[in-house]
Amino acid sequence: MLTDLATIDSLFYLAATVAVIASLKVVTGSNTVHALLYLVVSLLAVAVCFYLMGAPFAAGLEVIVYAGAILVLFVFAVLMFGLGKDETINAPKSKSVTNMFGAMLLAFALLLELTVIINNAQIQQTLQANVVSSKAVGIMLYGPYLLAVEIASFLLLAGLLAGYHYAKPDVQGSQL
Amino acid sequence: MTTIPLFHVLVLSSLLFAIGFIGVVARKNTLFILMSLEVMLNAVGVAFIGAGSAWQQADGQVMFILILTLAAAEVAVGLALLIRMQKKYRSLDIDLLNEMRG
Repeated sequence: MLTDLATIDSLFYLAATVAVIASLKVVTGSNTVHALLYLVVSLLAVAVCFYLMGAPFAAGLEVIVYAGAILVLFVFAVLMFGLGKDETINAPKSKSVTNMFGAMLLAFALLLELTVIINNAQIQQTLQANVVSSKAVGIMLYGPYLLAVEIASFLLLAGLLAGYHYAKPDVQGSQL
Repeated sequence: MTTIPLFHVLVLSSLLFAIGFIGVVARKNTLFILMSLEVMLNAVGVAFIGAGSAWQQADGQVMFILILTLAAAEVAVGLALLIRMQKKYRSLDIDLLNEMRG
């Protein structure tokens, strides 16, 4: 049975391979939306790696914040660019279906891997024993790293203000 | 740490970082440069989580959360600037910006 053969190591290497392949496709891609899809797959693969390394909290954050929030921001921005004409004109026309199904295939491999991890009792036991709990992370965040958290909140505020300022529509006659 | 050796985690991290770096240096489309920056930040996160779980300390995950906030702020400002650039030049080619005077 496949689930019995799988070890944490082999699952990690599979997820790492998926992450590297997807990242390569991001960097070499010509179509913006395809590249974004591959970026999502890459982030999900890295999230699976985090889970296998014993950091389920970080894995959840990776999925929610990176793949959920930041990538949606990217998609909105791409929509606002109107799928840039220079993209579609200058990019080589791809005729292969692999462009469409590649990301889906990689994501399906990740899903398969996740079901194997969840179904395998031995892997679950090993992972449970090695988890760095989110409680410890929270204690660290509001203990020794409190100043860093405050600075991060300032950074987010600055990002919010800058995003609002640069992206708002031009008022007639006003300089940037 | 589970059975995954730290060295292999660091290899994965440096591979992802190198891929992202090549993307930042080689691409001309500013949107792709931003995406490659995301890949690079993510690679650093892998290194932090791997090291944190190798020594069973929570510091790695704390650093990862800080990287996450940094990435969110960076993407917000970067995409806003890209929208501005698209309005002004009707293109995202980064070479159009080489006429900037400091």
